[in-house]
Amino acid sequence: MSEVIHADHHDDHAHGPAKGLKRWLFTTNHKDIGTLYLWFSFAMFLVGGVLALVIRAELFQPGLQFVQPEFFNQMTTNHGLIMVFGAIMPAFVGLANWLIPMQVGAPDMALPRMNNLSFWILPFAFGMMISTLFMEGGGPNFGWTFYAPLSTTYAPPSVTYFIFAVHLMGASSIMGSINIIATILNMRAPGMTLMKMPMFVWTWLITAYLLIAVMPVLAGAVTMMLFDIHFDTSFFNAAGGGDPVMFQHIFWFFGHPEVYIMILPAFGIVSHIIPAFARKRLFGYTSMVYAVASIAFLSFIVWAHHMFTVGMPLAGQLFFMYSTMLIAVPTGVKVFNWIATMWRGSMTFETPMLFAIAFVVLFTMGGFSGLMLAITPVDYQYHDTYFVVAHFHYVLVPGALFSIIAAVYFWFPKWTGKMYDETLGKIHFWLSFVGVNVTFFPQHFSGLAGMPRRIPDYPLQFADFNMISSVGAFIFGLSQVFFLYVIIKAIRSGQPAADRSWEGAKGLEWTLPSPAPYHSFTHPPAVKDEEVLG
Amino acid sequence: MIKKGVGVLDNTEQQILAPRTKVERHSSMKNQLCRMKHRLWRMTVALASLLLTGVAAADELNLRVGVTDISRQVYDLHMIIFLICVAIGVLVFGVLFWSVFNHRKSRGAEAATFHDSTKLELAWTIVPTLILIVMAVPATQVLVAMYDTGGEDMSIEVRGYQWKWQYKYLDEDYNNTLSFFSVMSTPREEIYNQSVKGENYLLDVDEHLRIPTNRKVRFLITAEDVIHAWWVPDFGIKRDAVPGMLNELWTIVEEPGIYRGQCTELCGKDHGFMPIVVEVLPEAEFDAWYASQVSSELVRQESIGEAMTHEELMAQGDTVYGTYCASCHMANGEGVAPVFPAIAGSAVAMGPRDDHLKLVIDGVPGTAMQAFGRQLDPAQLAAVVHYQRHAFGNNAGDMSQPQDVINLSNGQ
Repeated sequence: MSEVIHADHHDDHAHGPAKGLKRWLFTTNHKDIGTLYLWFSFAMFLVGGVLALVIRAELFQPGLQFVQPEFFNQMTTNHGLIMVFGAIMPAFVGLANWLIPMQVGAPDMALPRMNNLSFWILPFAFGMMISTLFMEGGGPNFGWTFYAPLSTTYAPPSVTYFIFAVHLMGASSIMGSINIIATILNMRAPGMTLMKMPMFVWTWLITAYLLIAVMPVLAGAVTMMLFDIHFDTSFFNAAGGGDPVMFQHIFWFFGHPEVYIMILPAFGIVSHIIPAFARKRLFGYTSMVYAVASIAFLSFIVWAHHMFTVGMPLAGQLFFMYSTMLIAVPTGVKVFNWIATMWRGSMTFETPMLFAIAFVVLFTMGGFSGLMLAITPVDYQYHDTYFVVAHFHYVLVPGALFSIIAAVYFWFPKWTGKMYDETLGKIHFWLSFVGVNVTFFPQHFSGLAGMPRRIPDYPLQFADFNMISSVGAFIFGLSQVFFLYVIIKAIRSGQPAADRSWEGAKGLEWTLPSPAPYHSFTHPPAVKDEEVLG
Repeated sequence: MIKKGVGVLDNTEQQILAPRTKVERHSSMKNQLCRMKHRLWRMTVALASLLLTGVAAADELNLRVGVTDISRQVYDLHMIIFLICVAIGVLVFGVLFWSVFNHRKSRGAEAATFHDSTKLELAWTIVPTLILIVMAVPATQVLVAMYDTGGEDMSIEVRGYQWKWQYKYLDEDYNNTLSFFSVMSTPREEIYNQSVKGENYLLDVDEHLRIPTNRKVRFLITAEDVIHAWWVPDFGIKRDAVPGMLNELWTIVEEPGIYRGQCTELCGKDHGFMPIVVEVLPEAEFDAWYASQVSSELVRQESIGEAMTHEELMAQGDTVYGTYCASCHMANGEGVAPVFPAIAGSAVAMGPRDDHLKLVIDGVPGTAMQAFGRQLDPAQLAAVVHYQRHAFGNNAGDMSQPQDVINLSNGQ
């Protein structure tokens, strides 16, 4: 294996990146592909954000002002699909591409050509999915969870394009995961045992296994939909002996691990940033690893808590309630460990640290509402109301998304060799922080007061909360455009960054020059405990 | 709680209105900074009062207590879990922020070197587990209480349609005769902001579901087309209405009154427009109402086959069209291409009458066009078809009579 890498290295050493568009089309370099993933996910983030603002504009006041209900449903559906599959997941894959080879001391990913393919599938998948919005009959309008039979018998004709797009996304994710697992298991520098791996690498290793386990399940679900729609089968059609509830079981068997796919790498990122700015080693490394593994295991046995109102026997309800509550234990361990890392540290509060601390606080609040939702008898009242919307936006926006933004600020100097403007970064943080809370905190209240989710118009008692929420959404949306400005300004005119760009940053990637060379480690680096463990 | 909120709001407003002239007299740099800080503070107060306005104006900030034993148990459980979470949150965030303020480099804090503690890590694994067990006990009790089905005094079938509810009183004495649809009655003008929105905007229906107080009512919940969900927050009950499946709910309401809810499972275009209204009547009043409904229904069913005039057909057809057809085919009959075809000038409405009747009776399998033969009686079917053939500029020039519908149905 090492011989092969060595030969490659000799080949590539003479020629750096190719010039022009070809560099990006044909690249097999983990950094180029990481960059492509990150820019793609940012573009999708803006598209999904615009859809969210259409939703919030319509909900600013009671009554129908801007869009019709059928278009509103397409907005909620595509906002969800684009944010989950187009923004959050590719952003994490982009970070994995950039960071994993550098963090394990490898020159590149294990399977570079597949890496290129798994990225270049995505623009086509999303191009196809978004094109359905312009088709006769409109795009997907059945929610990102696409429950049958609304997504089969009653779906718009464009649903077939949606199914094919989901297949492509799944193929891309599976290939990306295989690549990540192969890289982590085969290409670590000598001396980097599993229990010395950086937390981001650990969380991605587990995430990659989750992806490989559940993406085929999703593919199965959409294939059965395809057959119901076009080949007269009745998997989900009660009139033909099928079962609409079976769709939900299959979907959520994919869907719940999917939720953790979007949060485990975030745990990894925060576990790098907090020690760096507390200038103190991560507290409880071993229990952090076990906690992530436990959460991953539990994610497979809690799926039906999304379906408490669907009508299950008492024993089933109790099982899924208890197993869901259990998730609070490993998640709590992680939060306590982060706080213990901060405790008696020597903290400074640069932008990545601000986002990381906001992550810990706001993600924990999403965890509390998650625990409340786990309690079956009260979930009957919360289910499919804005309380759920508030809950999952708290774990996904100041959770997953904040961790991605924190990661960009944290590793940006390593990627580009330039430093962003700290004042602008902090302004971006405070705008985002205020925006996210003004948007989503009032949704707890409207949910408890009884506002169902996915409605284009609402009774008058929900008017005030919705107005506040809409104001917050526009603050948040515009502050992400500001983020784009901060990044572009830094790329163009940022100050040169040191190799170890942060005083307390530990890990093999910080031993490389800034910007990192095109091929990370052409020779395996020495793995010293004080570097990899902090 | 709400009153207190209003009081706080008054104070903050006074603060905002009264400028602190003292501060503005100073002119040195230091005091300019102070003034900026003050302005920032005032902005914060303004934002807080904006939030409080929302808080004070809302009917409720918290879950509804409701009007049944179950809903009260659910509310209490909700409060227990919520307060435990708040307590944990205060503790955990308290430690976090204490650390953030005290363990910072700018205050000269030096980093300690500890990085694990088996005792501590065991403690914060075991203690949360114990707290969870404490939560699980009442949660299990309430859930078991909710599953106490059976022993009901009466049963009602609740069937979800795109986008209305059908209620059928399951009463073998009268051959399950009493059944009706409940459709949102909020006018389109209110939705499209052409008239002032009423108090119960989006929460009014043409026919309330009526149940008696103090009797155990069992609801059998299902759906005709896609999945819906039936929810009355004040009863503390919600269940999905799944086609091909029969779900069970029950309630005993003590207080007479009108209780409102909404469909809570995305079911297509008008998901936001299929409210649930339950009117709880004192027992005697309910019995009287039920008896009169059943007898008038029996009379109506006997006269169903009678012939009607063009004017009668058009009048009844107009009502039926507005309730059952207009949400897809639009009030003007133009439809929404390509999913909901136009009726105005369509080949069906101008073609053979029996084909038109059959299409409405049987629906079009695999599309959103339902089989209305199972929802409407022959008089309504004849009227709506006659109306469609003579409205929106259509002029078929024929008659559709209830007897034609009966003949067609029998012929099949």
